[in-house]
Amino acid sequence: MKARVTVTLKTGVLDPQGKAIEGALGGLGFSGVLGARQGKIIDLDLAETDRAKAEADIRAMCEKLLANTVIENYSVEIKG
Amino acid sequence: MIPNDTPITPDLVKSHGLKPDEYARILALIGREPTLTELGIFSAMWNEHCSYKSSKKWLKTLPTTGACVVHGPGENAGVVDIGDGDVAVFKMESHNHPSYIEPYQGAATGVGGILRDVFTMGARPIAAMNALRFGAPDHPKTRHVVSGVVAGVGGYGNSFGVPTVGGEVNFHPRYNGNCLVNAFALGLARADGIFLSEAKGVGLPVVYLGAKTGRDGVGGATMASAEFDETIEEKRPTVQVGDPFTEKRLLEACLELMASGAVIAIQDMGAAGLTCSAVEMGAKGDLGIDLDLDKVPVREERMTAYEMMLSESQERMLMVLEPARQAEAEAIFAKWELDFAVVGVTTDTLRFVIRHQGEVVADLPIKDLGDQAPEYDRPWVAPQAPAEVKAADVPAPNDLGAALLKILASPDMCSRRWVFEQYDTLVQGNSATIPGGDAGVIRIDGASKGLAMSADVTPRYCEADPYQGGMQAVAECWRNITAVGATPLAITDNLNFGNPEKPEIMGQFVMAIKGIGEACRALDFPVVSGNVSLYNETLGQAILPTPAIAGIGLLADVSRHVGYAFRAEGEAILLVGGHGDHLGQSIYLREIHGREEGAPPPVDLAAEKRHGDFVRGLIAAGEVTACHDLSDGGLAVTLAEMAMAGGRGARIDLEADAPHVALFAEDQARYVVTVAAEAAAAICERAAAAGVPVASIGVTGGETLRFGDGAAISVSSMREAHEGWFPSYMAG
Amino acid sequence: MLRSAVIVFPGSNRDRDMVAALTKITGTAPAVVWHQDTDLPDVDLVVLPGGFSYGDYLRSGAIAARSPVMTAVREKAAQGVKVLGVCNGFQILTEAGLLPGALMRNAGLKFVCREVKLKVANAGTAFTGAYMQGQILRCPVAHHDGNYFADAETLARIEGEGQVAFRYAEGTNPNGSLNDIAGIVNAAGNVLGMMPHPENLIEALHGGTDGRGIFESLAA
Repeated sequence: MKARVTVTLKTGVLDPQGKAIEGALGGLGFSGVLGARQGKIIDLDLAETDRAKAEADIRAMCEKLLANTVIENYSVEIKG
Repeated sequence: MIPNDTPITPDLVKSHGLKPDEYARILALIGREPTLTELGIFSAMWNEHCSYKSSKKWLKTLPTTGACVVHGPGENAGVVDIGDGDVAVFKMESHNHPSYIEPYQGAATGVGGILRDVFTMGARPIAAMNALRFGAPDHPKTRHVVSGVVAGVGGYGNSFGVPTVGGEVNFHPRYNGNCLVNAFALGLARADGIFLSEAKGVGLPVVYLGAKTGRDGVGGATMASAEFDETIEEKRPTVQVGDPFTEKRLLEACLELMASGAVIAIQDMGAAGLTCSAVEMGAKGDLGIDLDLDKVPVREERMTAYEMMLSESQERMLMVLEPARQAEAEAIFAKWELDFAVVGVTTDTLRFVIRHQGEVVADLPIKDLGDQAPEYDRPWVAPQAPAEVKAADVPAPNDLGAALLKILASPDMCSRRWVFEQYDTLVQGNSATIPGGDAGVIRIDGASKGLAMSADVTPRYCEADPYQGGMQAVAECWRNITAVGATPLAITDNLNFGNPEKPEIMGQFVMAIKGIGEACRALDFPVVSGNVSLYNETLGQAILPTPAIAGIGLLADVSRHVGYAFRAEGEAILLVGGHGDHLGQSIYLREIHGREEGAPPPVDLAAEKRHGDFVRGLIAAGEVTACHDLSDGGLAVTLAEMAMAGGRGARIDLEADAPHVALFAEDQARYVVTVAAEAAAAICERAAAAGVPVASIGVTGGETLRFGDGAAISVSSMREAHEGWFPSYMAG
Repeated sequence: MLRSAVIVFPGSNRDRDMVAALTKITGTAPAVVWHQDTDLPDVDLVVLPGGFSYGDYLRSGAIAARSPVMTAVREKAAQGVKVLGVCNGFQILTEAGLLPGALMRNAGLKFVCREVKLKVANAGTAFTGAYMQGQILRCPVAHHDGNYFADAETLARIEGEGQVAFRYAEGTNPNGSLNDIAGIVNAAGNVLGMMPHPENLIEALHGGTDGRGIFESLAA
C-alpha cells in the first residue's frame, strides 16, 4: 500500500524558507503571491494491506518521528 | 539501452571524446573492435582528466623531490614529513565544469572528492581551503553561481566536519562561462600509517565500500574534458549528488579498518569511478583485476555494465583486503551502516576483465589502459610580452583616500566575510586563525607544532605573462606562509587553462609551468600533488590562465605564529623589501583607471627568499607583533587590512612626490611588519647587514590611517567600505 | 573530579573537540559512547556533541533523538545527572523532548560560523555558576538550524522559571531565535542545551577562554 505524508509548519511558526520563496516570486514579477509556506512530502510504501491499520501506523510514525509536533502539522493520504 | 555488442561507429567514437587516431590506437592495442563497455573504459581512461595527455610532458619538468617529500605526485595526494613521525597529506583538485552546471552539488562533490583523496591514504582531514573564480559581478549568472558554490562548499565541509581555513575568491568576465572551484584538503597521518593504491598479491578479494552505485555522472570525466557550448543545460543529468553524511561515515569506517591492519590497498572512486580505481590498483601492482558487476551494490534498476563502469556516484571506495580479515572488515562497515561487497579478485593475467549477467563484457590489457594512453606534445607559442606601463605614465588619483576606499570596496578586494562565515572554520578545535589573513594556521592535535597553508594565484598576471605569473603564484604562496612565521614545505598545484589544442593556450600552460618550476626550485618548495583542468572555454572564450598554488608550511611552535592585525598603539611599522614603483597590471590601474594593462611585477626569486627568510627569523625570535605580505593593491591595501583587522590606525611617512606609486605598486618580495618602537632601529641595521632593504615607515595608533600630510582615512570608513560590497551584492 | 561521557552519533563532528575540552579542563578523559549502546557508564555529566547526526536529514537531531542510547540518556536525566547538548546536541535534546521548543532554520537561511556575544541570563544553574549574572561572554557559533522557537505559552513559562541560561547579546543574534535565546535548561535545571560552542573557546590558541566557565561550573 502506498501512502503520502505531508508535513507543514504550524500556522504562526515563522518559516524563513517560505518567506524567501515569497520574496523570490515577487522578484520574478509574480505580484499576486500573498504567502508561501514550505513543507515536505514523504512517500511511503507499506506491506500493510488494511487501510485503517495502515493509517493508524502512519499516524504513529508521524507522532514518533516524521513530524516534530512542536512546530509541525501533518496529514496522511492513503493512495491504495 | 544500447547493447554491449553494438557496432562502434565513428559517431559513437566521437561522442566519447576520442579522436579518430586515438580510436585507431585502441584497435591496434586490442586487435579487434571494442565492446561498448570497453569503449567507455577507454574514453574514461584516455580523456584529458584522467590521462593528462596534453600536460604530462610538461608536468614532468616540475621539481617533485625534497628533504620533506615522502610521496610526490602519482598517489591520491602528496605526503610530506612534518617531524615526530607525523606526515601531512594534501592535494588540491578542480571541480570546475560540474560547478558551473549545478553550483551547489558541483562544489559539494568537489569538496567530497578531495577529502576522499586525503583519507584514502589513511590521513584524517584536518583542514580545507578553496580557490574560487567567478564571472563578472554584473553577469546574469554570477550571483547564482556564487551563492550555490559557497553553499555547496560549506554544506559538504561543515557536515563532514573539517575546518575551512582559507582560500581565494575572484571575479572576472573571463570566468563568465566557466567558474573555477579548486578544493584543497589536508590530512594528518603517521608516517608508518600511509596507504597506497598499489594492489599486492594474487587471488585477493577486491571489495567495494560505501554508497551504492547509481547513474550519476555517467560520462562526467568526459564532460570535464570538453568545451562548453550552448547545449550545456542538457548536460545536467550527469552531475553527481553528494552525501557528506555517508562520507563522514566512510571516513570513520576506513580509518577504523586501516587501523585494524586488514587493508592491503585502497583507492577512492573519483572520476570515472570503478574504471579508474580498479585499473589504478591493478596496473600499479602489476596485477589483473576480475570484476563481477552483479555483485556491485546498485540503487537503480537495470543498470548496464557500461553505466556501472562509468558511474561517478560519490562516497565509494575500492579496497584489496587481507582475506583472513574479511569478516572483521565487514563488521566495521556494518557498524557504520555502509555497503560492503566483494566485487572481484586480483589475478596474475594483467587483464581487466568485467563480467555482467554471465557474460564477459570487457577484457582489456590493464597496464595499457594507463601506460598506452596518448601523450601529446601539443604545439605552443609563447605569448607576446606585454608593453610595459611606466609608473610616470599612471596618473595620481584625484583623492587618495577615496581611491583607497574604492579599491577596498571593489569585488576582488573587499572582505570575504560573507563567504567564509558560511564555512565552519573552527570544528576540531585546532584553528589558530580565521580566514582573511595571509595563511590559515592550525595546531596539530595534541602537539605544540602547527601547519600554515595558503592558496594563491594572480590570474591577471598570468594572462599578461604566464611565466612571471606562474612564478608569482608560487612566490606569493611561499610569502603568505612565511608571513605567519611558518617554514614553507611543499605545494600542490591546480592548473586551470583553456583549450590546449590552441597553440596560444598551450603556450600559456607551458610558460606558466616553467615559471612555477623555476620558483619551486629557487624556494625549495617542491610540488607533491596536483591536478590539471583544461578546456575551460565557452564559445571559444578561454578563462584567464589560472595555475592555483596551494602550499603548506610548518610552525615548530604554533603559539609563535603572528597575525596581521595591528596589535598595539605606538609600534613601529617596517616595510621589508623597500618601496615599489611597478603599476603594470595593478589593482590600482584596473580599479581606478579602468586599465588592465602592462606587464606584471617581475619576480626576483633570490630577493624573495632573502626577504622571506629574514622576516621568518624575526617572527621566530618573537620580535614581530604583526606581519602582512604585500600583494594585490600594494602597500596601501596591506596597511588598510592591518588597520581594519586591529581596529586601530597608523601614521605613515611618505616622502614621495607621487605617493600613489609607492602606495599602490605591486612589486613582489615585500612585507609589512610591526615591532616594538625601541626595537626598530636595531632590526633595520640587521636587515641591512643581511642585504634586505627594511625601512621604518610609520607608527601604529589612532583611529585613522594617515599618509604623510595628505589623506587620512578613518578605520571605520574603511571597514564599512570593505565589508559592504559582498553582502549587498548577494542581496541584490 | 568530574566523570563524563560523550555520545557519538553517526555524523557527529565536534565529538573530538568536546573530548579534548573535557580532558583539558577536568583533567580526565570522558568515556566515549556509541549511539547504539544502551547503557551509559556511571558519570556526572553526559554530553551530546555538535555535528550533523544523520546528515541533518528529516530534521536536525530528529533521527539521533530516537537512537538506542537516548533511552539511557533520558533515565540519567530523570535521575538528576547533568546532561549538556551543544549545537546538534541541543537539537537532539529538543527532538527527544528533554528540552522544550525547537530549533529551526536560521532566519538568514545560511550556515553561520562567527563569534557572537552571549549574556549569562541565569548564573544560578549548575552549568553557569562560574559566571556572573549578566556577564557578557564571547563565544563562537557554527550552525544552520539554530533559530529557537517555542509557542507563546512555553516561552512565557521558560522565561518565568529562569530556564533561559544564555541570550545572544549586543545585537549579535545570528539566527533569529525568539527572545535572543541561545541556551536553555530544563525545569529541573540539570539539562542544558545551547547552540554556541563553548568547547571552541577554551585556550590561548582559540583566542580566548570564555567557554571554560561551563565546564568549570560543572566541575566545581
